[in-house]
Amino acid sequence: MTSLEALDYKSLGLKVGLEVHQQLDTEHKLFCNCRAELNEGPHATLTRRLRPTRSEVGDVDPAALFEWRRGRYYEYQAPLANSCLVEADEEPPHSLNREALVIAIAVAKALGSHVFDEVHVMRKVVIDGSNTSGFQRTALVAVGGSIEVNGKVIPIETVCLEEDAARKVGEEGSKVVYRLDRLGIPLIEIATAPVIESPEEAREVALAIGRLLRLTGRVKRGIGTIRQDLNVSIRGGAKTEIKGVQKLELIPKVVAFEVLRQLNLLRIRDELLRRGLSREAVKLEPVDVSSLFSNTSSKILRRVLDQGGVVLAVRLQGMKGILGFEVMPGRRFGGELADYARFWAGVGGIIHSDELPAYGITVEEVRRVYEALGADPERDAFVMVADERGRALKALKAVVERVQMAFDGVPEETRAAMEDGTTRYMRPRPGAARMYPETDIPPVKVTSDLLEEAERVKPEPLSVKLEKLVSKYGLSRELAVEVLTDARLDLVEKLIERYEGMLQPTVIASLFVVTLRGLRGKGVDVESIEDSKLEELVDLMARGVIAKEAAERVLEEIARNPGEPVAKIVKRLGLQRITVEQAEAIVEEIVRANIEEVKRRGVKAHSYIMGKAMERLRGRIDGRIVAEIVKRKVEELQKQQ
Amino acid sequence: MEYYGYTGFVASILRDLGLEPGDIIRVRRPDGLVVEGMLLPRYGDSREPIVVLKLRNGYNVGVRLTGSEVVEKVGSIRRGEPGAPVPLVDEVEVGGSKIFILGCGGTVASRIDYETGAVKPYLSPEELSLSVPEMFRYASVEAKQLFAILSEDMKPWMWSVIVEELSKVIRSGYDGVVVTHGTDTMSYTAAALSFAFHKGLPVPIAMTGSQRSSDRPSSDAAFNLTAATLVASRAPFAEVTVVMHGESSDSYALAHRGVRVRKMHTSRRDAFQSINARPLARVWPYEGRIEVLDGNFRVRGSQELVVENGFDEKVAFIKHYPGPIAELIDMLVDKGFHGIVVEGTGFGHVSSDAIESIRRAVESGVPVVVASQTLFGRVNLNVYSTGRRMLEAGVIPVEDMLPEVAYVKLSWVLARTRDMREVRRLMQANLAGEISLRHDINLYPRWSYD
Repeated sequence: MTSLEALDYKSLGLKVGLEVHQQLDTEHKLFCNCRAELNEGPHATLTRRLRPTRSEVGDVDPAALFEWRRGRYYEYQAPLANSCLVEADEEPPHSLNREALVIAIAVAKALGSHVFDEVHVMRKVVIDGSNTSGFQRTALVAVGGSIEVNGKVIPIETVCLEEDAARKVGEEGSKVVYRLDRLGIPLIEIATAPVIESPEEAREVALAIGRLLRLTGRVKRGIGTIRQDLNVSIRGGAKTEIKGVQKLELIPKVVAFEVLRQLNLLRIRDELLRRGLSREAVKLEPVDVSSLFSNTSSKILRRVLDQGGVVLAVRLQGMKGILGFEVMPGRRFGGELADYARFWAGVGGIIHSDELPAYGITVEEVRRVYEALGADPERDAFVMVADERGRALKALKAVVERVQMAFDGVPEETRAAMEDGTTRYMRPRPGAARMYPETDIPPVKVTSDLLEEAERVKPEPLSVKLEKLVSKYGLSRELAVEVLTDARLDLVEKLIERYEGMLQPTVIASLFVVTLRGLRGKGVDVESIEDSKLEELVDLMARGVIAKEAAERVLEEIARNPGEPVAKIVKRLGLQRITVEQAEAIVEEIVRANIEEVKRRGVKAHSYIMGKAMERLRGRIDGRIVAEIVKRKVEELQKQQ
Repeated sequence: MEYYGYTGFVASILRDLGLEPGDIIRVRRPDGLVVEGMLLPRYGDSREPIVVLKLRNGYNVGVRLTGSEVVEKVGSIRRGEPGAPVPLVDEVEVGGSKIFILGCGGTVASRIDYETGAVKPYLSPEELSLSVPEMFRYASVEAKQLFAILSEDMKPWMWSVIVEELSKVIRSGYDGVVVTHGTDTMSYTAAALSFAFHKGLPVPIAMTGSQRSSDRPSSDAAFNLTAATLVASRAPFAEVTVVMHGESSDSYALAHRGVRVRKMHTSRRDAFQSINARPLARVWPYEGRIEVLDGNFRVRGSQELVVENGFDEKVAFIKHYPGPIAELIDMLVDKGFHGIVVEGTGFGHVSSDAIESIRRAVESGVPVVVASQTLFGRVNLNVYSTGRRMLEAGVIPVEDMLPEVAYVKLSWVLARTRDMREVRRLMQANLAGEISLRHDINLYPRWSYD
């Protein structure tokens, strides 16, 4: 295994393409008049099934066909406040939301993309249930254009406008539960060309695109409102589509892990060939080994056998050690096989010889399985599946097929990103086969009216924005650059304008890019603090109720108690700003209480008293004022003597 | 001249280059945009000089041609069958019964139509049944496409053709028949079949359709077809029914009596409801279960087939409204209509000034049948004086019969007799369950606002 640091991405031929999905902040959803917001209120419940269909060119998406054969069904929670008959697939979509189209065109123009003259809404077949209709409505608005990141031009391939999918809230057996509030929220999807050459660059490009989107002031913020998909390949590998990376910071890790995985899959291929093995020699010849486990102490096997299931095993000739080969941190090749078995057969998992003895399966039992398979324990590997016979058979078939693919190195896959940066197999990569025109919506002409409206929404170039922050608001260039990268850029600007003359722009900007980021560094969940709370806080600062020094502690409490009004938090913490007179009285009191120490320490008494005073005054008044008072009071006392 | 939906100079550019849908073309615009994609037929507004291309990523886009672009052919691919059904299984286990599917068009058999970009009936019932292997659990299936039309194009002469065809099918010994039909006028056809077969029907006729076309993954076509197949092959009753979703979920369907059903919503799956009657049965297509809700039915196999076919094409169906209704009735009589069904207000009234027109109609041998626009409840012309005067003028009130059913029935009756007394007798007799003289207190839906 190679450590991440040692990888030379350039020589590996790493190519990453990015798809950024960002929710737009429109009043209504893309195809109906429901508010484009999540909702936890009362809901109706529906259960549905979906079926594969043919595309416009007559093809069937194999992944779609497969989902149907799995016998999945879907339960939908339809919140009464934020979903209507359109989301329930009980009414045709209304016309395309013009506001959303204007924003998408504006972004396309900012990227220098070519906007099409007529926008056709398409149905992209997705039958995992995340869309009640069985397809995601999506429209290609523009192609071409570019964005510059660190002096490098990153070409943009497509700009699409699409509807967000329903929110998955649970899964039990064959049933998947979704909530319909998110379904239909407008998304813009920006796809770059696969020209990104390092994990860090992928993060920077995502950041730059996210910033451009925020500059419109018309996109949503917060967890889940922006999602990145990554297309990753290395030379000799294959294009892997990784879905749903929600955090920017995770991008480099996901890319690096995927490079590692492809690299290790190529090594596995080389090792298989070195051992003189061939794809043709990998055969699905399952053997029922249930009887070997009739007295087993393995709970997993016991349970299956008691329920009338079987244990089937298949020999993998000459593959000892291959299944235990780590492809990503914490993930062995055997894990990749297990994902295929889970997806294509719906089994809980597989058991392979490279991980045995384990799960209560003994060395003796392993030996007997080898024997039953006519396999050589020194050279061969095996895979076992314990389940109902039909399912177990399907699972082994999926395993054998995946092992055969190992002779080509890396299969084309769609994978899902996990929280730790690793990925799991989701399904084979779908093709253009799943596109079909949305017959309920006539094509939308891109008129000059639309283009003019878009021109007004088009974000200012970064350089113009930066100049404005520096010259108009007097921010230092350094601070202004930081503000531009902030997710809450539009809020910062709004507050600076609102409190002009009452609160220094620098104070407001620092609150966001210094204080909030500092807290995030300390592990405080600042992302989920609502904008309204920050507005309240800045308002209290502007009205002089609290000093800017108190902001950090208040913010920490806001994050901890999202339900509590900010004014109440300030009161509870005793952080109301005090006047200079009040501060003088407190310092006076401290000096008197420590009169002996002041005498004894002489000139050094300043810092002693300052420490005591700050314990009581921190955050309630500017520290410089306290220092000045302390100096004065101490000197007064010493003079008196 | 039109060229695959294109007109004007776009059509001439395409024609001159010999480009056809399926060809891959490249358009270079002077602004630097280069688009390559498969040429699609133009749907929608063809006056705009826009070509529609399917790009490699599957998206369709419209590119405006001004004359300054370079358009060239770079390849060609064979087009498949867009939206055609997908054979879902390699092998099917066929159930014991034998049913026939008669295709009469509608959304259930629709997919994209490149003339308009909307959907149009295209699928044959064979194609449809192959894509719904679940139905074979209950029966083997034979099928025939009779009409490929949308609901709104249905006419009374077509009812006769359907009756004719069904008679042949039933005589040749099937366990039941499924009729696929557009949903908008399905209840009219259901009523027509109910009257034509009211004297003798040995097997069930289950009509079905869909509210979501079968080219969508969420189509209700498969569910409804499977439920209808279950009814046709296994139901204990030999009745004409409409079998459609019972609720928004894919859980159960309802088998409504053909003369009691009405489409009550433009788009919901459960748009069909029984009015003034309970559905015959709840049908669980996945579980293979039929739960009878109304035990008053003709038992399967208890009767020989008796057909009374034929419908009068010159029957009018009008609605009373606060306007010149008298003129309308006069006009129909003058135009030589054979009968008029009036959807009266409330208890069945028309305005007093129309009573003389009614009298004139009846005296000229044109029966005037009265049902109510409230749909729920019973016509009663004894309560108010206008009603009494209408009776005296000779109207035929038809109890709790649905107005559309009264229209179909009058069309059927007038094809058998023009004798006013006989027309009255037949219209007021309960022939196929279209009239009931008792409504219990729960026979009315109440809207809930919890």
